[in-house]
Amino acid sequence: MEFLLSGVTAITWQQLVMYGIGGLLIYLAISKGFEPSLLLPMGFGAILVNLPLSGVLNQTIEGVGNVNGIIQWLFETTIESSEALPILLFIGIGAMIDFGPLLSNPKMFLFGGAAQFGIFFTILLAVLFNFDLNDAAAIGIIGAADGPTSILVSQIMHSNYMGAIAVAAYSYMALVPIVQPFAIRLVTTKKERMIRMEYNPSSVTKLTRILFPIIVTIVAGLIAPQSVALVGFLMFGNLIRECGCLGSLSDTAQTTLANLITLLLGITISFSMQAEAFVNAKTLLIMLLGLVAFVFDSIGGVLFAKFLNLFLKNKINPMVGAAGISAFPMSARVIQKMGLKEDPTNHLLMHAISANVAGQIGSVVAGGVVINLVSQILKNMG
Amino acid sequence: MNTQNVIYALEIMGKGMASIFIVIGILTAIVVLLSKITGSSDLKQDNSEKD
Repeated sequence: MEFLLSGVTAITWQQLVMYGIGGLLIYLAISKGFEPSLLLPMGFGAILVNLPLSGVLNQTIEGVGNVNGIIQWLFETTIESSEALPILLFIGIGAMIDFGPLLSNPKMFLFGGAAQFGIFFTILLAVLFNFDLNDAAAIGIIGAADGPTSILVSQIMHSNYMGAIAVAAYSYMALVPIVQPFAIRLVTTKKERMIRMEYNPSSVTKLTRILFPIIVTIVAGLIAPQSVALVGFLMFGNLIRECGCLGSLSDTAQTTLANLITLLLGITISFSMQAEAFVNAKTLLIMLLGLVAFVFDSIGGVLFAKFLNLFLKNKINPMVGAAGISAFPMSARVIQKMGLKEDPTNHLLMHAISANVAGQIGSVVAGGVVINLVSQILKNMG
Repeated sequence: MNTQNVIYALEIMGKGMASIFIVIGILTAIVVLLSKITGSSDLKQDNSEKD
């Protein structure tokens, strides 16, 4: 009967740590409501893949031979070989986004670019901490504040830290209401946070809404070809939403499709949370660098707004710049809440939402740009 | 610390932010242009109707 105890005796302390991390993720998902659709499957998956001789991973059984495990198979087919899950999720995300507020106020596009600064600052910082360039790029992309983009870039860059990167990306997205106010207060005065902005949106034609996703795909594809998988699927989802003749498909993409893929993505990504690769000092460092990325995204957006204010007659509330990250709609809500806290009659929500949806585009373009630049450098080095 | 990688990271920062702003700038210009071109279209509808 010794075989009944073989699992118990094979547990390592690193695996025990992973049970704790899995439990923590499940707790944060259920009790705190932090990105539950992702953190709960990831947390449960972290326990599953760290059970000794776990049947969800490929194993060699004496006398039987090789036996395939479902999570390893899912990872190898839907992430490692095709990046299918993160890319397909963008169809659902695209279908969820209403670009109307941005199209009626196009200058807000600029914040979708400025608030990607944290990505590049963190790549530099990661290199200073001796990470290889490909790993540094993957870590920096945590600052895209976009889980699927982080997973995709870390996979394409063949990063060894995909598990930690995914956990950091989704954890900090959930923590935007805590991280962003801290970062914004660091670089703004009360007077700046009280700046009022008039909201006079111009009308947006249906034709503009339909042409927009097609044009974005072509422009981004021509300038940053590596971003076309991300941008293209995001914009495909948006076209389904805006075309007006695929209401049922749009609803399915926004709900059922997005939910199913999110569920599978969460449990599949747990493959990269196996104890031997996850429990080390570098994971902690990556979590710290991820926090830096989010902070400097926000600071980049705020400082850019302050820079624009040097030239503008109608000033922009600098807090709106921080909403140029991809965490939608949490970031816009944070800005609205902060604005109301300073002045209960100052409503910044629509401006912040415009910047926030611009951040969706900015983050996927940033992902493509980073892949492009880093792969070119690695090619020249090789 | 690999000094060459630091130089590469700075290069990625400069070129990366420039590339993003070029893409964003082109998109902004196209959206402004689109709004003007399609502004008189029959398909015009109010933002609030859509939302």
